[in-house]
Amino acid sequence: MPIQYYIYLCLTLFSIGIIGVLTRRNAIIVFMCIELMLNAVNLLLVAFSKMHYNTAMGVDPSTSVGVDGQLFVFFIMVVAAAEVSVGLAIIVMLYRNTHSVDINFLNRLKN
Amino acid sequence: MSTTEILFFFLSALAIFSAIMVLVSKNPVHSVLWLIVVFFAISGHYILLNAQFLAIVNLIVYAGAIMVLFLFVIMLMNLNAETEPQKHIWMKLAGAISGGCFLLMLVSLVRQATEMNGRNALMLNGNIGLIKNLGKALFSDFVVPFEITSVLFLSAMVGAVVIGKKE
Repeated sequence: MPIQYYIYLCLTLFSIGIIGVLTRRNAIIVFMCIELMLNAVNLLLVAFSKMHYNTAMGVDPSTSVGVDGQLFVFFIMVVAAAEVSVGLAIIVMLYRNTHSVDINFLNRLKN
Repeated sequence: MSTTEILFFFLSALAIFSAIMVLVSKNPVHSVLWLIVVFFAISGHYILLNAQFLAIVNLIVYAGAIMVLFLFVIMLMNLNAETEPQKHIWMKLAGAISGGCFLLMLVSLVRQATEMNGRNALMLNGNIGLIKNLGKALFSDFVVPFEITSVLFLSAMVGAVVIGKKE
C-alpha cells in the first residue's frame, strides 16, 4: 500500500482531533480528542516502520530495521495510559469543585 | 482490487466516520463508544500491517482499560446530552475552519514531497511486528526506558491518588 494513503488517513484523523479540541467544551471530550490524535500518530509510526523495513528487506532479508518504531509506539501507549489516569483525576477534582466539566471554568485559574 | 486494499479502505472509512461521530455526538457516552470503534479500526490497520503485538496491546490498553476508565468517570458524573455545555456556533465554525486549513496545508505538503513517491508500506508480511522480535529488542536495547516506564507508572498512580483524594 503506498505510504501516502497512510499519511492522508493519519492527517485526517489528527485534524479531526484538533477540530474536536477547538470546538468542544466538555473537558472529557477534549481529552478523548487528544487520545485520538495520539492514535493517529501511532498508526503513522507503524506505517513508516513497515515502509523502512520494506526498503531494507530488499538488501538483507533478515534485517530488523523498523523494530524501534514499533517499540516507540509501545512507549507512547504507556505514557498515554499514565496521562489518562492523572488527567481524569484532575477532571474529577474539577467536577467536585464546580459541579461541571465545562473547560471555561478553568478561566478562574488566571486570577 | 485485492482483499487487502478493500480491507484498508473499509477500515479507513470506518475510522474517519467514527472519529467524526465522536465529535458530533451530543451524549458523552456515545462519544466514548464511537471512540472505541475508532480504536478497533486502528487495531485492524495494525493487523493489516502485521504488527500483531501492537494490535493486541492497542485493544487491551486503549479499547479495554482507558476507555472503560472514561466511561466510568462519565457515568460517575452522570453526564448526558442535556448537561452538555455548547460553544457558540461561530466558535465551532472557526474551529472547524482552522482545523480544515491545517489539514489542507499538510496534504499539499505531502503531495509535493517527491521522496515519498513509490515507497510502500509492507502489508501482511514481515516479522518485525511479532512478539518474539519486539521482546528481544525491548529487553536488550530498550531495557533502560522500559524500567523508567515503571517509575513513570508509579508516579502517575501516586499522583492520581493524591489529586483525587478528598481533603
